[in-house]
Amino acid sequence: MLRYTLLRILGAIPTLLLVIALAFLMVHAAPGGPFSSERVLPEHVEKEIERRYHLDEPLPKQFLRYVSGLLQGDLGPSYSYRDYDVDELIADTFPVSLKLGALAMALALLLGVSAGTVAALRQGAWLDKFVMGFSMTGISIPVFVVAPVLVLFLAVKLQWLPAGWTSEVGLKRLFLPVVTLALPQIAYIARLTRASMIDVLNRDFIRTARAQGLGTATVVRVHALKPAMLPVLSYMGPAIAAVLTGSVVVEEVFGIPGLGQQFVRGASNRDYTLVLGIVVSYATLIISLNLIVDILYGVIDPRVRYR
Amino acid sequence: MSLLDVQGLTIRYGSDTVVDGVDLYIDRGESVGLVGESGSGKSQSALAILGLLPRQAEVSGSILFDEQQLLGASEQELDTFRARRIGMVFQDPMQALNPYLRIGAQLRQILLSHGRADKAAVDASVLEMLAKVGLPDPERQYRAYPHELSGGMRQRVMLASALIVEPDLLIADEPTTALDVTVQAQILDLLEDIRDDTALLLITHDLGIVAGHCEHMIVLDKGHLVEQGQTTTLFAAPAHPHTRTLLDAAPRVDRGDVPTSATGSTILSVSGASVEYRDLTAVRDVSFAVREGETVAVVGESGSGKSSVVRAMLGLVPLSAGRVVYAGESLEGPVERRLKSQRRDLQLVFQDPVSALNPQMRVRSIVAEPLLVHESSMTAAARLERVTAILEKVGLSERFLERFPHQLSGGQAQRVAIARALILEPKVLVCDEAVAALDGSVRRQVLELLRAVQADTGLSIIFISHDLAVVRSISHRVLVMYLGKLVEAADSGTLFTSPRHPYTQALLDSVPVPDPVVVAKRAPLRGEVPSPVNPPPGCVFHPRCPKAEAKCNSTAPDLRDVAGSSVACHFPN
Repeated sequence: MLRYTLLRILGAIPTLLLVIALAFLMVHAAPGGPFSSERVLPEHVEKEIERRYHLDEPLPKQFLRYVSGLLQGDLGPSYSYRDYDVDELIADTFPVSLKLGALAMALALLLGVSAGTVAALRQGAWLDKFVMGFSMTGISIPVFVVAPVLVLFLAVKLQWLPAGWTSEVGLKRLFLPVVTLALPQIAYIARLTRASMIDVLNRDFIRTARAQGLGTATVVRVHALKPAMLPVLSYMGPAIAAVLTGSVVVEEVFGIPGLGQQFVRGASNRDYTLVLGIVVSYATLIISLNLIVDILYGVIDPRVRYR
Repeated sequence: MSLLDVQGLTIRYGSDTVVDGVDLYIDRGESVGLVGESGSGKSQSALAILGLLPRQAEVSGSILFDEQQLLGASEQELDTFRARRIGMVFQDPMQALNPYLRIGAQLRQILLSHGRADKAAVDASVLEMLAKVGLPDPERQYRAYPHELSGGMRQRVMLASALIVEPDLLIADEPTTALDVTVQAQILDLLEDIRDDTALLLITHDLGIVAGHCEHMIVLDKGHLVEQGQTTTLFAAPAHPHTRTLLDAAPRVDRGDVPTSATGSTILSVSGASVEYRDLTAVRDVSFAVREGETVAVVGESGSGKSSVVRAMLGLVPLSAGRVVYAGESLEGPVERRLKSQRRDLQLVFQDPVSALNPQMRVRSIVAEPLLVHESSMTAAARLERVTAILEKVGLSERFLERFPHQLSGGQAQRVAIARALILEPKVLVCDEAVAALDGSVRRQVLELLRAVQADTGLSIIFISHDLAVVRSISHRVLVMYLGKLVEAADSGTLFTSPRHPYTQALLDSVPVPDPVVVAKRAPLRGEVPSPVNPPPGCVFHPRCPKAEAKCNSTAPDLRDVAGSSVACHFPN
């Protein structure tokens, strides 16, 4: 198990480096720069700024400087927020996004797995058809449609919930954004759980468990749930990535001061270091979570550990 | 009143009737064998008793257990019978035990669900049961996952799970079919020792097992009950023709004619062959020769290297040492680099005919394919003529030409595979467990076919098998392998009458004899075949050998001649 874990961690490092390199190149390939504006600066001022931010150096040297900064936890200075470092900006906005994402994932898992399991047990019955129909809808409708519709009904028409980010701390202001983010994930996880649960319920060892007279609830809880969760666990990586990218839209729609909003602003301000810093943080987060998923896979399926 | 009283049991899937009006009675403490070939409905009937059939199945009739109706009972009602009154053992314990749960947890749950132990006492009960089914070091097995145990150990766990709540009836569905023959003997002994006054319904295709372990037997054929009665009576005087067919087709290891030794000249020889895979040596220094027109059987349990040595001979896996000589020429390298003429002379038939045939090709193309490679100048009409001729030879008429593999029965598919192998008129045919997946009567026909082709063409056959009883009627010579080593080689006449190696003796004693008059022997060997990754020092058989002495632990015996047999043993019989 330790060997398996270490191998997985080692395998993640090149992936991360590749993502950083690609992001770095793409940001630098974009036309224009953080300091280009309508007002033409005198040439010596421009040169001076470029020198201060090491933009006059050759690209490989800039990249090495960036990576060595990263190793010390330094994401560089922000180009548009003059007195801030990128790490400060991320640290300010990340907690809100994290809360949003974590709640959405928890909700998606709880509802998705339950709905999928019930549908599998009632295969072909109306409940199954309802869950499947609902989840097809959930998958088909994009976040930027769901969000305004939810706001229109629950906030504007019924006035049960705030339409945007209020100063009032609590679940109320989180509810709509979390549901919006979770909805497609609930739908997808429900479908995934249903398919894999049906597959597991047809396996020989489930027939054995039934022959042991354990009762349906125990058969599902003790014998079927763990193996049925393997495909769902594999999907956690992409799901987390989807929730993170989804949060960029949701934060804009609901006006939440999170990392996603910061990212959009960074991009429109041509704030290279901020955009790069957020991309690198997202990548690190997604890769680490995928790593955890891989390791959990080994925990659930004892046979994987030996491969 | 019978403990179990099944009447008019009928099981349908749509318009398919798989079980049709079967009656079945079991008294307390009695042992009943339910016998039939594949598709006879024996497993379906057993599953119906516990309500375990898939939901598409339509079941009718009556299933009374201790005077209570089980047919149509709800899952909750059935759960009060399952495990508590009726325990069930399934065929393949690798599939039938949950691979994601530790052994201990699986057994614990049964006791807890049936309220037979509280949380504090449950572990002790489970450990006691594990010890009772003969698992060494129960504490360790308690924490183990199924894949960490050997096949025999897993079946012991399965048996423990079926008997832990002390049911009145044990249903065992082909409980030893997935096991090696020496382990099968152990499990059958254990079943006998442990069940006390629990009644037994034993479902099997093996008449030897019924003869040795069941007082009553019931014979099913295509969903119909054809005959039932006292086992001894039925064996002595079968009334129904189907029972007679089954009995005739059951191979006997203890008697019957064996082919006399072949006299042709040597056509193929393997000397000093070793095969190594990444971390294990599958075959160590094995030599043998095959004569023209001779059938040589290679026999052994799992891990014996019987398939590996023959595949290396064919160039399908690399030899790490040794050489293969065919018709005076050395065969070198992998099969792709051998001469076309050498390849066409050695052909192969596999165990599972259905997966060995391309499902997208029709029979005519499957059988003709070798001709496209080896006789590319042949016209389509000539090819078809050859295909039709060879199909006729294996007993398949022209109407099979256009069929796809899924439209064939197991026996027909194996005939097609044999036709494909024979169409190039090879000199040597390798059959790798070629009849293991077939029912008794079909197996008999395929063996007849091989014999007839051999008599006709002087074909040499290498017949790989785990089953000495099947081998007996067809092979001129037998090679017995154990853990990668050749332990005994002899003419059939010698080997079956006076086996010299203790392992050969044990193999012969382990095969169930389909004759209730012959008293079933106790399992002759303890333990199971050790892992080939880490073979024992000295003689590889010594840890299980009843005759082993100190010398056997340190020195590996060489093959030597003892009264007409070659034996690798310090103390041959």
